[in-house]
Amino acid sequence: MSTFLQEVNDKINGVPIQRCYHCRKCTAGCPIAFAMEYNPNKIIKMIQEGKRDEVLASSTIWLCASCETCVTRCPNDVDIARMMDVLREMVITSNLPVKEKNILKFHEAFLNGIKSGGRINEPLMIANYKMKSGDYFSDMKMGIDMFMKGKLSLFSPKTKDMKAVRKIFEETKAR
Amino acid sequence: MKVSYYPGCSLHATGKEYDESMKAVSGALDITLQEVDDWVCCGASSAHMTNYKLSVALPARSIIAAEKENLDVMVPCAACFNRFKMAQHHLRHDDALKAEVEGIVGDTYQDSVAVRNPIDIIYTDIGLETIEAKVTRKLTGLKPVSYYGCLLLRPPEVCEFENYENPYMMDAILKALGAEPRKWSCGTDCCGGSLSIGKTEIVVHLCNKLMRMAREADANCLVTACPLCMANLDMRATEGLPVFYFTELMALAMGLDGPNKWFKLHNVNPLPLMQSLGLQ
Ligand code: SF4
Ligand code: SF4
Repeated sequence: MSTFLQEVNDKINGVPIQRCYHCRKCTAGCPIAFAMEYNPNKIIKMIQEGKRDEVLASSTIWLCASCETCVTRCPNDVDIARMMDVLREMVITSNLPVKEKNILKFHEAFLNGIKSGGRINEPLMIANYKMKSGDYFSDMKMGIDMFMKGKLSLFSPKTKDMKAVRKIFEETKAR
Repeated sequence: MKVSYYPGCSLHATGKEYDESMKAVSGALDITLQEVDDWVCCGASSAHMTNYKLSVALPARSIIAAEKENLDVMVPCAACFNRFKMAQHHLRHDDALKAEVEGIVGDTYQDSVAVRNPIDIIYTDIGLETIEAKVTRKLTGLKPVSYYGCLLLRPPEVCEFENYENPYMMDAILKALGAEPRKWSCGTDCCGGSLSIGKTEIVVHLCNKLMRMAREADANCLVTACPLCMANLDMRATEGLPVFYFTELMALAMGLDGPNKWFKLHNVNPLPLMQSLGLQ
């Protein structure tokens, strides 16, 4: 059985995260750290300590905005942004509980949009998100304003070769 | 010059004024745009945050389509630009992944075209002198801060764009238009990106900070090249300054048709500022 650390490193397929010497430069520059349950470098520490459940159940992995500031500045080239992607994908493929449900629901609505048209039709995508999340009201004002201004075109053209699009989704599905 | 053009989904919807101003400016600078044939959404953050292989396969299909024309690919949206560069990076460095993605897409990736953002094409290939010569109305009194955000610049070895901690091309273009860009230290900070819908309060916090810093730098507007940054700054900040796409300001300074129509699509109305500066 491989350890949690090995599992994460295999999936990152780059610089092993134990190269981190906890200088905390990543955390100092992370724009979202103020809202995170555990700081980015703390997640590395927890992975080293084998705290699989705590890491995968944390809000941190969903709140990371993939701004890539951490990996750009890390003196050891640890790719924290990629690590967060790997951790999210582990939660999804193992069907574990998701700490920030609405964030995943947004991603699902977005990908469903591509699956059905090859391109995102923003009003349909947002409607799909609202149905999934039950969050009907927070964006109402914004949605209406944008609509009135003619920003959300209802007729964005679809990709013609939808067979190819469906094939991409089918064959990249987690197995 | 002639380039392939990948508008991406945003430029057909919330970023409509970026698409229209990009086309107007390209026309005036003799850049011919040929839309990538039957392009597919790049997958944006939602693909790479949940499914790595999908996040490479989606852009790969559009890049392979663009390779048929053998032209540089202009990608105005910073998010699409980042996903395209990232896909190229992975396809270059991971042979097994490349073979698998080629199987999924049903075609071969040649690595034969450069993916480029219009800031770079306009600064490097067109040049400031040409822009200056086309300016018919200097943007005197306009004091923008250049806001790049994350996705054009990071990670630098993937984006291969410009100085990633202290970029200068957008300021240089704005100066060529007669504007007076202000110095600030937040040009490469994050606006919160795709958290806008699932976790709005974080984005409000980040955008309010950016607006505060812009005011502190004595700016009267912000300039961006990213429809996601635009949507967040323009709609999520509580007391926002006007935000522009750099191409809207180029079109205005070059006397092209469109700016007044595009400005009406903004949430923070830029007209009072433009009127006060006599730029309307
Ligand atoms: S910047 Fe790099 S080395 Fe420093 S704490 Fe973060 S991951 Fe570790
Ligand atoms: S990529 Fe994620 S963890 Fe890294 S600095 Fe940005 S938000 Fe923080």
